[in-house]
Amino acid sequence: MASEPGGLSEYIQHHLTHLVPHASKGGFWAVHLDSITVSLVLGVLFCLWFWSMARKATSGVPSKGQAFVEIILEFVDGQVKDVFHGDRRVLGPLALTVFVWVFLMNAMDLLPVDLLPWITEKFGIGHFRAVPTADTNMTFAMSITVFLLIIVYSFKAKGFGGYMHELFTAPFGKHPLLWIPNFLLNLVELVSKPVSLAMRLFGNMYAGELVFMLIAGLFSAGAGAAGWALYGAGIIGYTVWGIFHILIISIQAFIFMVLTIVYISMAHDHH
Amino acid sequence: MLPNGTLIGEMIAFAILIWFCVQFIWPHISKAIEERQIKIAEGLSAAERAHAELKAADTKVADEVRKARQQASEIIDKAQQQANGILDKARADAIVEINRLKAAAQDDIAAMAQQAREQLRERVGALAVQGASKIVQREVDASTHKALLDQLAAEV
Repeated sequence: MASEPGGLSEYIQHHLTHLVPHASKGGFWAVHLDSITVSLVLGVLFCLWFWSMARKATSGVPSKGQAFVEIILEFVDGQVKDVFHGDRRVLGPLALTVFVWVFLMNAMDLLPVDLLPWITEKFGIGHFRAVPTADTNMTFAMSITVFLLIIVYSFKAKGFGGYMHELFTAPFGKHPLLWIPNFLLNLVELVSKPVSLAMRLFGNMYAGELVFMLIAGLFSAGAGAAGWALYGAGIIGYTVWGIFHILIISIQAFIFMVLTIVYISMAHDHH
Repeated sequence: MLPNGTLIGEMIAFAILIWFCVQFIWPHISKAIEERQIKIAEGLSAAERAHAELKAADTKVADEVRKARQQASEIIDKAQQQANGILDKARADAIVEINRLKAAAQDDIAAMAQQAREQLRERVGALAVQGASKIVQREVDASTHKALLDQLAAEV
């Protein structure tokens, strides 16, 4: 497929195209059905998995599955406990959901980039991107939710007046002339949180996906001995990048979770 | 345009990746899980053991206390018996001693009385001689009349 000129860029272009409803190409309602489907399926799987483990949970010697879930839970709860000193009944599950869900969505990157599109093509769907977190819609959806939670927690912890007071008087001072600079600075700080949160995850996953596609380009580099050599190099490169990517998807899921906890605990703390 | 050699190559790489996970990543997670299971199982069994040990110790302590109490009362009984014995023996000894002392004292009294009697006798003899010599107005030679005087004294 990449034998004709521009084959590789066409290949990548094809893989970077989201699945959208036919009727609404380009518009606001051109929702990325692939991201939605994969993220929902993974979210449901995560819920079912942890729910079934929680239902079978025993206070005695745990089964292997329960022990695994307990290790994840303890790890996440430990992270929350380190940063957030308050009622963990909301933030704990939130952090767990963020961590596991983001990890699962990131892990879709490890699947062969052509596997899901190949399957969906059998059902007549040409474009299918498997990694929801390589889609800005998905990462911003999560980071904006976190942003709203930051606002809610700020109001809850400080009250409307207290929060407004903080927005207009910190960090420079109480003088009325400083109200506007204070507010602008706080606005930048506030908005930068969801933007950096979403862009960091998206950037890492998108770049990772792109590297997989570039390496996959080696598989159709040419014919003959050189072609086969490149084919072998492609397999090695794809494997090595995949192994390295296990680290990246874990770290990105971890960072997203930790920053969510940090942002919300910052909103929760009085200044 | 799908599937082709690209997908096959990716699948081979994916298989190697899975093999890598099975070989190098999953064992660590599996080990952590098993260690956790063992730790919990050990903790639970240790707690159970401690519980049983506590129960056993409790019954043992009660047993020991009961035994000690019994022993103490036995010792007290024995001590009381012994004290009674000592008291009886002391009483008997004291009576024997008293009797002995009484006998000795009586002997002494008898001896002293005898002595006093002798002395009295002698004195009476001397007085009689003196009296007689005054009566006869002449010196009576004591030695000449000793036999007579002794006889007199013995009669007193």
